[in-house]
Amino acid sequence: MSWTAAMALALRALWRNKTRAMLTALGVIIGVASVIAMVAIGAGAQQRIAQQLESMGTNSLVVRSGSVTHGGVRTGAGTTTNLTLADAAAIAGLPDVVAVAPSVQAPAQVRYRGANWGTAIQGVTPEYFRVRSWPLAGGEIFTPAQVAGSGQVCLLGQTVARELFGLLDPIGENVLIGSLPCRIVGVLTEKGATAWGSDQDDSIFAPITTVQRKLRGINYIERIELTTTGREASFRSSKDITKLLRQRHQLREEADDDFRIYNRAELAQTSEESARVFTWLLGSIASVSLLVGGIGIMNIMLVSVTERTREIGIRMALGARPRDILWQFLLEARVLSGVGGLLGMLVGLGGAMAVARFSQLPVEVTPASVLIAFLFAGLVGVFFGLHPARKASRLSPIDALRYE
Amino acid sequence: MAAPHIEIRDLRKAYALDGVEIEALRGIDLTVEAGELVAIMGPSGSGKSTLMHILGCLDVADSGSYRLRGEDVTRMSGDALARLRNREIGFVFQSFNLLPRTSALENVETSLIYAGVGKNERHERAREALERMGLGERLQHLPNQLSGGQQQRVAIARALVSRPSLLLADEPTGNVDTVTSAEILSVLETLNRDDGLTIILITHEPDVARHAVRTLYVRDGRLEAHP
Repeated sequence: MSWTAAMALALRALWRNKTRAMLTALGVIIGVASVIAMVAIGAGAQQRIAQQLESMGTNSLVVRSGSVTHGGVRTGAGTTTNLTLADAAAIAGLPDVVAVAPSVQAPAQVRYRGANWGTAIQGVTPEYFRVRSWPLAGGEIFTPAQVAGSGQVCLLGQTVARELFGLLDPIGENVLIGSLPCRIVGVLTEKGATAWGSDQDDSIFAPITTVQRKLRGINYIERIELTTTGREASFRSSKDITKLLRQRHQLREEADDDFRIYNRAELAQTSEESARVFTWLLGSIASVSLLVGGIGIMNIMLVSVTERTREIGIRMALGARPRDILWQFLLEARVLSGVGGLLGMLVGLGGAMAVARFSQLPVEVTPASVLIAFLFAGLVGVFFGLHPARKASRLSPIDALRYE
Repeated sequence: MAAPHIEIRDLRKAYALDGVEIEALRGIDLTVEAGELVAIMGPSGSGKSTLMHILGCLDVADSGSYRLRGEDVTRMSGDALARLRNREIGFVFQSFNLLPRTSALENVETSLIYAGVGKNERHERAREALERMGLGERLQHLPNQLSGGQQQRVAIARALVSRPSLLLADEPTGNVDTVTSAEILSVLETLNRDDGLTIILITHEPDVARHAVRTLYVRDGRLEAHP
């Protein structure tokens, strides 16, 4: 029997039971459509997460002073005092490092005339604002000379500016930080809250040396934020910095690091990994419905084989070989799943577009998911069509002819 | 001298019906020469249908030998039997056994599909066969749009279209009226006489059997020359 003849037979048989064929294909349509739509939604989420992480800066690292063990007592992170401005300068000399911003922090009560506000003061260098990509709303950043000279100048975050000055322009005014008078040289733009909910605008920024010497009386630093040339460079720099700092702090081979490096790229990797898992999860849940669609095909094909037992007998009497009968039914199952797959693809793409249009969810249709869903539908047709088709082909001609 | 068309020796067949073993054929010997028109008679349940199924390669015997044109059929594979049914044997059934919801033309084409005949030739041969049966005007009719006699003529056209050497007719007039019955029998006679087709006619009606040159009787699973 030729392929075209077999195909014509299959199509004609399906056409005779149009409604039933459509309902059977519907199972596959829904299955394929949901795989495509779900994976598109998952991939969209994945991409959005990647974008957000990219905007947070996957090329940034934070070095913090680490814990230290005193007579068996391990203190928390940030309690060692051996991270210094010299360390920061040394890190700045590493390849791939673009900008380095050392900082210290202190709580501060800020007063301006009658108003006062409890906030945190960050001791930073001018690079800090570049590393954080945090532009000014007005005024200017203090100069390297002011950092070197522990100048009594500061920049206000939006929250502090609002609390102390309301609608007035704070630039040029003097505030008291604790008991230290400082002149306001600039105001930063609004940065918003961090991912973990703390208000980044509720801060004052002064030269690092000013905070070290005049507010806290220390000569170490607490954090170094830095940017590298890119995501890959971040991983390299992280290793370089570890090596450099261990050397500079003269740590013995077996000693723990007395600092910690937080790599945003690492965080990004973890988040992207979980987004990928999420996509797979959605995809596999959707493929369950494809499987159910396949079982629908098997169900209907079994019914069809029983109903058409006599037809099978007649065909065998006329010279159909068992394999001709096998192919006929297998082909019918394949056509059902193929048509279902094709329509499902269209419905899935349409659904994904509708979701993209009418909801806030980002949607990303990947060609791979479309292809895989379609091929999977084909496999489902073969797999679930095989059993009924074999059943049909194994009928004895005489039993089939006698079937009432 | 050419081998007989059909040569059967000590053919036996038993089957279980509701758990009871029934010996349908208990040692049949039969020789049919090419071009014969043989009627096989017997009451229902005598085993004549079982014999016809084995003759038509739809069923296989438990023991004994069956040679069709000198070839041993009992040792053939399922595919080889299908090929025999397709090329060598035409069937006409009592209940017509046309494919439902399938036009007369497509019904007749069916065996040619399995013979691998191309679409155009298939069409042409099926049309010719139907025209020969006087159904040239009803090519696209569905079985339920045809009378019993017309349906049986479609079935005969279908049996002949693959140009078989043996035609097996199982009660071909069982479901039609007397006039149609005579019509069908004369068609079979013509095919035997003009085309040299070997025909085995299974019936329980003596009137029908009278059309045959030779009549055999099945009784209790055995074949006898006299009633």
